[in-house]
Amino acid sequence: MKFTEEHEWLREEDGLIVVGITEHASEQLGDVVFIDLPEEGTEVTKDEEICVIESVKAASDILAPLDGEIVEVNSMLIDEPSKVNDDPLGDAWFFKMKPSDLGPMEDYMDEAAYKKFVG
Amino acid sequence: MARWYDACDCTSLAGLKGKPMAELWQTPLYDMHLELGAKMVPFAGYDMPVQYPLGVMKEHLHCRAAAGLFDVSHMGQVILRGAGAAAGLEGLIPQDVIGLEEGRQRYGFFTNEAGGIEDDLMFANRGDHLFLVVNAGCKEADVARLRGALTPDVTVEYIEDRALLALQGPAAEAVLAALAPEVADMRFMDVRTVSLNGVECWISRSGYTGEDGYEISVPEAAAVDLAGVLLADERVAPIGLGARDSLRLEAGLCLYGHDIDAATSPVEAALTWGIQKLRRAGGARAGGFVGADVILGQMAAGAAQKRVGLLPDGRAPMREGTEIFASAEGGAAIGHVTSGAFGPTLQAPMAMGYVPTELSAIGTQLFGEVRGKRLPVTVAKLPFTPANFKR
Repeated sequence: MKFTEEHEWLREEDGLIVVGITEHASEQLGDVVFIDLPEEGTEVTKDEEICVIESVKAASDILAPLDGEIVEVNSMLIDEPSKVNDDPLGDAWFFKMKPSDLGPMEDYMDEAAYKKFVG
Repeated sequence: MARWYDACDCTSLAGLKGKPMAELWQTPLYDMHLELGAKMVPFAGYDMPVQYPLGVMKEHLHCRAAAGLFDVSHMGQVILRGAGAAAGLEGLIPQDVIGLEEGRQRYGFFTNEAGGIEDDLMFANRGDHLFLVVNAGCKEADVARLRGALTPDVTVEYIEDRALLALQGPAAEAVLAALAPEVADMRFMDVRTVSLNGVECWISRSGYTGEDGYEISVPEAAAVDLAGVLLADERVAPIGLGARDSLRLEAGLCLYGHDIDAATSPVEAALTWGIQKLRRAGGARAGGFVGADVILGQMAAGAAQKRVGLLPDGRAPMREGTEIFASAEGGAAIGHVTSGAFGPTLQAPMAMGYVPTELSAIGTQLFGEVRGKRLPVTVAKLPFTPANFKR
């Protein structure tokens, strides 16, 4: 699993990249009440704002971590946004993408580096 | 006042990383907040707890189900003494101060020449003086305003050595009565001096959550002990500014600097219930307050815009600043949201904002623009959750 400075995690699964937010991010956001997911089939470019997550206290953007296509979104989060607080690294993944350029993966942090990053 | 989550004004999750802050004031309970594990944020110049480990949602629900303890020591406490105090204050606010009975409190607002609201406040008749509680962000200006306007026989004393606690929720009475049984006899907006934990406290049966409860002015040196005694009751949880904001919004109450400000009049803000008949046109002491011509004129002729409750039809919260439109497509914005959040008790997003008076009827379908999309929102009755005061 890789981690971005934007507090997203990326996991390879069957040639796709699964993306979610970290436990640290979910704790900092507080109770999540709404998630605006991208549409399946959307072509996205790295660092594009593609998703919005609203907690009781703030709205935050989720950026595309890679160039590619959104092939699946986790529609369960629409009805149960609080899953992001309960299981951010598991059930509450946000979307799966088919990357067109895996280059940036090398720059992202491993778990140890991320732990150090959030201190 | 600064909205509390301005403090983490994140445009992306990376914004969650802490930034160095300018020097902030601390309340007497500051160390206790840290010990309780609070997340602190700057608010109106103070370093304040925005939430405790329980989190905003559960803190909110706990306050509605049992009792919550709030540190509101950042707010300004002011005493006015002198024979002309009540009459003098009536020159600054459109409320009946002279007729307020001893031992009673009333909601009011300082106005300006344009009819706008300079601050909102609570004032109480304590017999030989008036006791005022004003907003943290306005307190310096309020004290200056009072000193400038009141005659020399009235002294304006800014209280710097007392903390202010709010105990709110259906269990508040039982919790506080365990320390002082007489508080159970108080009605909504009664004020009394009561000994709590061996210390003289000034208590009002009021608050800003829509729940029954008390606000307690306690000497600074005794504040931590009193808070500790209250928190030792298992029904009481500490509540931060985050839940304070969602509680007051569900209760339909205005946050100064957001829902009301120097450019909004009490008529536009739908606060004319707070102007007693005696100060209105035709009343025994009609007018005579700052901006009376504008405010009484608007009461007669109506105002162009009005503060309303807004319930988004969908799940997306409509935050402060969201523009409101009359139709799903085309046309310019006709209004805007001044407070918007998710209501933990309501289990839905909720907002307040200003719309043209002709579009302010309950049930009117409007549209709020969220991230470029116009989403349906309905004008709704305030409060969103019923008040639970002990009248």
